Amino acid sequence: MPDETKGNTSPDKDQQPAPQAPSSSAPSAPKPGTPPAQAAKPPVTVPPKPAAPPAPPKPAGPVPLPWESEMVSQLKQRFGSGIGDASTYLGQSYMVVDRSVVYDALQQLHDEEEFNYLVDCTATHYPQRPQPFEVIWILYSFKRNERIRVKTMLAEGEAAPSVVPLWSTANWLEREVYDMFGIRFDGHPDLRRILLPEDWKGFPLRKDHSIIQQDQEWVQINLGIESGQ
Amino acid sequence: MSDPTRTAGASHLDLDEREHTFLDANELVLNMGPQHPSTHGVLRVILKLDGEKVRGTECVIGYLHRGVEKIAENRTYTMFNPYVDRMDYVAAVSNGLGYCEAVEKLLNIEAPPRANYVRVILTELNRLASHMLWLGTHALDIGAITPLFYTFRDREEILKIYEKYCGARLTTHAFRIGGCQYETYDGFETDVRKFVTFVTPKIDEYEELLTTNRIWVERTKGVGVLSGPDCIDLGVTGPVLRASGVKWDIRKAKPYAAYSQFQFEIPTGQNGDTYDRYLVRIAELRQSLRIVSQAVEGIPEGPIMAKVPKVLKPPVGEIYHSIEAPKGELGYFIVSDGSTQPYRVRVRPPSFVNLQALDKMVRGQLVADVVAVIGTLDIVLGEVDR
Repeated sequence: MPDETKGNTSPDKDQQPAPQAPSSSAPSAPKPGTPPAQAAKPPVTVPPKPAAPPAPPKPAGPVPLPWESEMVSQLKQRFGSGIGDASTYLGQSYMVVDRSVVYDALQQLHDEEEFNYLVDCTATHYPQRPQPFEVIWILYSFKRNERIRVKTMLAEGEAAPSVVPLWSTANWLEREVYDMFGIRFDGHPDLRRILLPEDWKGFPLRKDHSIIQQDQEWVQINLGIESGQ
Repeated sequence: MSDPTRTAGASHLDLDEREHTFLDANELVLNMGPQHPSTHGVLRVILKLDGEKVRGTECVIGYLHRGVEKIAENRTYTMFNPYVDRMDYVAAVSNGLGYCEAVEKLLNIEAPPRANYVRVILTELNRLASHMLWLGTHALDIGAITPLFYTFRDREEILKIYEKYCGARLTTHAFRIGGCQYETYDGFETDVRKFVTFVTPKIDEYEELLTTNRIWVERTKGVGVLSGPDCIDLGVTGPVLRASGVKWDIRKAKPYAAYSQFQFEIPTGQNGDTYDRYLVRIAELRQSLRIVSQAVEGIPEGPIMAKVPKVLKPPVGEIYHSIEAPKGELGYFIVSDGSTQPYRVRVRPPSFVNLQALDKMVRGQLVADVVAVIGTLDIVLGEVDR
């Protein structure tokens, strides 16, 4: 089954009915059930609205709460505005730290707050934002039995500091982030691709990396035909 | 040896006369894998050897890379569920549990208690199956052929239970977001009880074969030593971490499913060598049986599936949820943008992170020990490469 990228709305008959892509254009397109009734009503009554107000009070989902702890206030004291949003969502705490101080903040968490286990280092790509990359470090402290996330935002081409001096495990994790997103890590001992071949073009987990386009290119170059996708 | 002036005047026996000794001049780079049977898949290790001694290694991975994380972004939450089984394919049930629980957290729903009990039973049986497969192949790598037949014979019984429960043996897709799709079949409890009584003496049999076996002990004691602080620094989790004396298990530290309701211990080792890791996993087999027999006696009545909307649209937000998979901490980091498809799914694979410790473990050891250490790390390349 061919892969679909999110932005690409090429019609595919196998597509599940669920995705919202078709429904975005739905309001203008008449739905099978409703149009006759609506067409009949307009001359009689104008306000079909009253039904709308009761809808908004949905069951309020979980919202991020401010994360207040001694650790956060200490970090805020030391780094000031370098520590941005610190919140707790669904019982999980995270803070956004400015790139310029993120290494020092992580070092403080490692040395003084005993977050001695780097669970994971990963990234997310938000192409619409001015700083499209978000690098996420998930830290765990055995002593406190606490898991937190530290995030920082990067602009295109900006490098994140490598945390290999703090946690050796970051070595491969950062290589994978580089491999998938093309984010460079300053001070990494050996920043090469890890899962993909050395001569791979592009960074597949970026949102603008289209699987279909890549497939078409491969077919054209290697088989000399149109892929038909 | 390529430089004749270096060896011409010097006696070959006087090795320390020059800065570079005779053996140093013969550093050999040896390629192991990717088609090597003891690499448990397609792992290529480049070994730098000084005679028989390993001076350094480099792992070349990615041969099984399928881009699971990219696939996730192009599937709905439900559609991605079967894919996770294909990562650690010998512990597919654990993978499914981690993913389903992560999405449930994101949706802010909870699986009903009955589902949690069934989940615990199947996941612990999976741990047994995974450890049995590990024991058989690990012993085979080291030269003991018999345990393979023993463990596969007993693992078969677990796979039969899976087959009866959901129709599949290996990539089971046993759980759904919100619970389990299938009610337990008639005689499920009896089958599980029978299995527990059947397999308990079998574990003693494995131990009889290996624990005091002189060849086994000599090949594993003191091999691939990893200290507790090293493990933490390298992010190593699971039985490897516990064999180094760190008593940490997510089932206790951050309980999920129904684990907080059962009594079990966390076995630990002291020396952090291959032998201790063997003992820890054997002890884990027994603990898993303990959990299974407690769970099967107390499966609560009630629905097995929570009320879940047909179309899953988790609110905007992100979640990290991890479970204690047979190989270590298996985590899912999921970012939702409010649509039906996950915006980003990151899998934190235990095998990938544990494999990184290989270099530290084999430096200064013999080539034959590399095979033992790869076995003792218990990696699955489907999960390393994803």
